[in-house]
Amino acid sequence: MAERIYVFKRFERFWHWSQAGLIMFLMLTAFDIHGTYTIFGFEKAVAYHTTAAWTLIGLWVFAIFWHFTTGEWKQYIPTTEKVVAMMKYYLVGIFKNAPHPFRLTTLRKHNPLQRLAYLAILVCVGPLIWVTGVLYLFYDQWAAWGLGSLSLEWVANGHIAGAFMMLAFLIAHVYLTTAGHTPLAHIKAMITGWEEVD
Amino acid sequence: MGHLFNRAALALCCAGWLVATGPVLAEEAKPEPKPLKLTTTADHAKFKELQKTFNSGPEVTKACLACHTEAAGQIHRTKHWKWEYLNPDTKQTLGKKTVVNNFCISVASNEAACNSCHIGYGWKDASFDFKSEENVDCLACHDTTGNYKKPSGLAGNVVTKDMEFPPGSGKILKAIDLSKIAQKVGKSSRDTCGACHFFGGGGDGVKHGDLDSSMSAPEKELDVHMDATGLDFTCGTCHKTSSHDVAGSRYSPTAKDSKGAHLRGKTDNGNPATCVACHNNAPHKSVARLNQHAGKIACQTCHIPSFARGGIPTKMTWDWSTAGQLDAAGKQITKKDAKGRIIYESRKGDFTLGENVKPEYVWFNGNVTYTLITDKIEKSDQRVPINKIGGSPSDGKSMIWPMKVFRGSQPYDPVNKTLVTPHTAGNDDTGYWKNLNWDKAIAVGMNTSGHPFSGKIDFIKTEMSWPINHMVAPKEKALGCAECHSKDSRLAGIQGVYIPVRDNNKLLDTIGWAVVFLTLLGVIGHGAMRIVTARRH
Repeated sequence: MAERIYVFKRFERFWHWSQAGLIMFLMLTAFDIHGTYTIFGFEKAVAYHTTAAWTLIGLWVFAIFWHFTTGEWKQYIPTTEKVVAMMKYYLVGIFKNAPHPFRLTTLRKHNPLQRLAYLAILVCVGPLIWVTGVLYLFYDQWAAWGLGSLSLEWVANGHIAGAFMMLAFLIAHVYLTTAGHTPLAHIKAMITGWEEVD
Repeated sequence: MGHLFNRAALALCCAGWLVATGPVLAEEAKPEPKPLKLTTTADHAKFKELQKTFNSGPEVTKACLACHTEAAGQIHRTKHWKWEYLNPDTKQTLGKKTVVNNFCISVASNEAACNSCHIGYGWKDASFDFKSEENVDCLACHDTTGNYKKPSGLAGNVVTKDMEFPPGSGKILKAIDLSKIAQKVGKSSRDTCGACHFFGGGGDGVKHGDLDSSMSAPEKELDVHMDATGLDFTCGTCHKTSSHDVAGSRYSPTAKDSKGAHLRGKTDNGNPATCVACHNNAPHKSVARLNQHAGKIACQTCHIPSFARGGIPTKMTWDWSTAGQLDAAGKQITKKDAKGRIIYESRKGDFTLGENVKPEYVWFNGNVTYTLITDKIEKSDQRVPINKIGGSPSDGKSMIWPMKVFRGSQPYDPVNKTLVTPHTAGNDDTGYWKNLNWDKAIAVGMNTSGHPFSGKIDFIKTEMSWPINHMVAPKEKALGCAECHSKDSRLAGIQGVYIPVRDNNKLLDTIGWAVVFLTLLGVIGHGAMRIVTARRH
């Protein structure tokens, strides 16, 4: 009989979905700005992208505060335990209906691969995008900030590289939500907060 | 030249009439002239000195100078009078008297025609007395009637009795009433400046591209500042004149004005005709990012989206090398395009015209170096620059500027390797426009300008750049971001700056999309396998 545990608290779910919406909107406007397609056009896309970025920064201020006051930040501490088992599961076990090697609890709600992936996003892709993005926004202040020798081309390309990585992550992330014990189990959990575990 | 000037004058008169009567007609339906706008404390019609018949321009000037005793002396110090300018940076002696261009080429030996646009009377050759006070032409700039005309061919003189000109042509030049004109003098206007500056290069709009008779009474769309029913700027509003010396120079332009808006009393105010002189260096109120653009991009680049927007085409190319063709009867010919505009004349060669022309963009630091008649030139694939525009992305003094680049082919001396100054205008045996003989025309012209001529003639390709400054559109019509931030960017030729979108890195895009598609492919494959294996179990 399946047991239900409460893994995603109210703020966490709000944070996740508003962040998801913002990131997808940032993606949409990003590639509009980049000239991949035209939906809003460069001018409007830049304005929307900027507003969405500031909104996301605002959201993060709350999220970071929340993570530290609740201790939830510990969920992102990487571990090597069961990493190989997880990889084996995704590469082989999942096709054989093998049992999931990770049993989630409220204290360990991310599997070891998730921990690694989210940490990589948090410490590599995220900072790359935020640092280059903020520099991009404040291009005219570089000289005043003592960054006069910075190259706009490198900043821009860093930002674009970050966008591609984020898009690849988004695809994999959305796909892996279907890897629960039913295809919609993870998504349900992210909406209701309750995950069913075997 | 003569008929062009007359046509121009006619256009100006018409425009003036429309302005004067338009609003009155609408309100009262009574064709009464609008009362003269009193911008002065003196009604010149009340001056006894002007209530007489004047038989020549200098007679009027003498009357003016009786009160305005120092005016002629002020005029004598200006470029408008001397047609001479020493560029302080390049040390080149320039000015209309000296430079060679690729339109009608040069003034020397053609003074009688060209100098109808000199602010003086009687400059027909090198003997003109530049110290003469009475030969200063006050009316050229101070006429308010629109009736003042200086027909081409008369060395800047006016017609006070009907005369046949050229003699034997059967064409009659009508006399003008100098007394009426003198009694109505006032401040300079778009029409007075325009009488010459709209018609430079031999006709309406020919030369500048951003100045033509449509600027006489422009709508807001055409020029937000000169908008005749709006701000109604005259040329002098920006080209703030002091002691008759008009500010602003095409020989040493201000490419980057970093001094900010002009404060009265400040001693180092500099050129008052720049955009910054009024608008300051950070004029964009709501979008700070635009102010940051203004650090590298001249205001004109975005705010003048195209030139020749007023319905009058500007000349874009002029090929003198094809001049001289005659019809079967041995007569000069004229060819017109579908719109009835002249695109070939036997005496001038082939032209192309342009309307709503997108400018070309270059880094410009204000340094302009002319190719003068004394400079050696080489025929090659590269066009000889009539005026070389200085600038680079890294000199700290350059901005990205819009230019009209006028390209042509013109006669030169292949032995001495110099440009030449042909004698074109004139009712004589050597003027090219009458006789179509380059040998005679160039020999006489070079003799007059005082430069050696080998007798050999060839044609050389040249180009001349005209910084675009006028026809400033309302802000809603300024260039949108995507005009430059796109793959077919207006700034395609601008080096030395990274322009997002224009300069997208192809390799990064390829790698980026490869990563994205491989991820997609991976999850699709993984998902498909899960579906297949789930069915098996």
